[in-house]
Amino acid sequence: MSGAAIHAEGLCKSFGRVKALDGVSVDVERGEIYGLIGPDGAGKTTLFRILTTLLLPDSGSATVCGADIVTRYRSIRRMAGYMPGRFSLYPDLSVEENLTFYASLFGGKVSDNFGMIEPIYSQIAPFSKRKAAALSGGMKQKLALCCALIHQPEILFLDEPTTGVDAVSRKEFWDILSDIKCKGMPIIVSTPYMDEASRCDRISLMDSGRIIETGALREILDRNMMPLLAVRGENNYTLLQQVRGEAGVEQAYLFGEYIHVFLKEGYDGRALSSLPGIIEAGSIMPNIEDVFIKILGKGNER
Amino acid sequence: MRGKMEDSCKSEAVISADRLTKRFGDFTAVDAISFSVARGEIFGFLGANGAGKSTAMRMLCGLSKPTAGKASVAGYDVARQSEQVKRHIGYMSQKFSLYNEMTVRQNIALFAGIYGLRRREIEERCATLAASLDFTAEMDMPVSVLPLGQQQKLAFSVATIHRPDVVFLDEPTGGVDPITRRQFWELIYRTAAGGTTVFVTTHYMDEAEYCQRVSIMVDGCIKAMGTPAELKREYGAADMDEVFRCLASRASRQ
Repeated sequence: MSGAAIHAEGLCKSFGRVKALDGVSVDVERGEIYGLIGPDGAGKTTLFRILTTLLLPDSGSATVCGADIVTRYRSIRRMAGYMPGRFSLYPDLSVEENLTFYASLFGGKVSDNFGMIEPIYSQIAPFSKRKAAALSGGMKQKLALCCALIHQPEILFLDEPTTGVDAVSRKEFWDILSDIKCKGMPIIVSTPYMDEASRCDRISLMDSGRIIETGALREILDRNMMPLLAVRGENNYTLLQQVRGEAGVEQAYLFGEYIHVFLKEGYDGRALSSLPGIIEAGSIMPNIEDVFIKILGKGNER
Repeated sequence: MRGKMEDSCKSEAVISADRLTKRFGDFTAVDAISFSVARGEIFGFLGANGAGKSTAMRMLCGLSKPTAGKASVAGYDVARQSEQVKRHIGYMSQKFSLYNEMTVRQNIALFAGIYGLRRREIEERCATLAASLDFTAEMDMPVSVLPLGQQQKLAFSVATIHRPDVVFLDEPTGGVDPITRRQFWELIYRTAAGGTTVFVTTHYMDEAEYCQRVSIMVDGCIKAMGTPAELKREYGAADMDEVFRCLASRASRQ
């Protein structure tokens, strides 16, 4: 099949007075990992539910693997593998039973597509008799991924697969996604965690039902290049108040061990180095989180 | 009844654990951990799923009795004075902290009442809290209609409404936007500057970098402890994520 994996134009969806999606357009190519990155309430899950034909949009249109989400919803349900954020496993069923159940929903057997899931399943196979409820966060995610893949889908939708999972399991999960992508399957994945942007080929930053930036991570960073200072003091809380009182400081916020400072035009921030209690100060390259803050900050001024 | 434990009088340690241990049958969930946290410190308590963090935290909150070892929180022994411990701590978890169907004001009054505040104090603190969170009409709205970030800030404020010696935060800030998340951490810094010790667990290592000191638990033991800068230097890592992966990938528990 040719064409884009996903093509969506102007999708809108409201729940009462809440505009969950406010004109969202997305194009996902075949064979890429596409990340939707944004906080809770940005509209990521609503977009997933519309694209997987579980919700109808109020307006706008979309196709998944060339099929229209409204008129050809049945074929999309067969083609799509969907791992929803909160629920996809039956806690009272064992690992094995969950997998068999999902295969049978699509009229198949676990053995039909075992090759696809084998590298992932082998990691949880020692616990095949364990109830899903008793699995650790990382193992639950691996099993849920197996269940989403067992019917040989053509496209994979993963809604916040790494939320609540520890850092080691998160990395393993992203390594698995890279392997799946190499087999040619397009993957659209959402996450509230900015640091996962680097694992995607392209991303969209989402906020309040809208997409505010789209592109490869590098492109987005280049487009939003701006002078940024990182300073650190003996007590960052008191330092933050002082920095905010300095001339030429447009915005200052905590960033881990540092305080990041955007300067107004015409200022170099040299004055900051002489603040009392300062340990270090220097220019840095903004990362994706700085870019998000900058864009959201502008949005709030409107 | 015995008063405050002697060792906490000597130093400013608000939390101190000495070979604190919890066994369930032949499984040792927490294996003789020792550490102390100073007044006003922001301490990150990290570890992989199943490392024993929750069990340790339950003991420190006076909810679970240690099998061996001892710990004191706010000067009280967690095993023998657990009711005193509970009075002097606050607790907030992302999973459950507020009653969604009740209004903001009702939630504040409920929790303040549970912590033993008097009616007049409750009214005063309601007003202070409304001012600091910039709430007006929100005070009489159900919690469920507030944006997630506001809910989290409210939950934190409620957990500290009785000005506890220690506040325990169990994965407090998942899923909110980067701006709100920073406002939340500013609130934490402000509370710590006011003398409350902050004890926080999180899976997100960028969050660990906001802590003054962190410990990393692996298979029931504390495998590393120090400032984020010290740990990064020690493990030759660019960030805490790398430090954590270096330690936690050696875990044997599943």
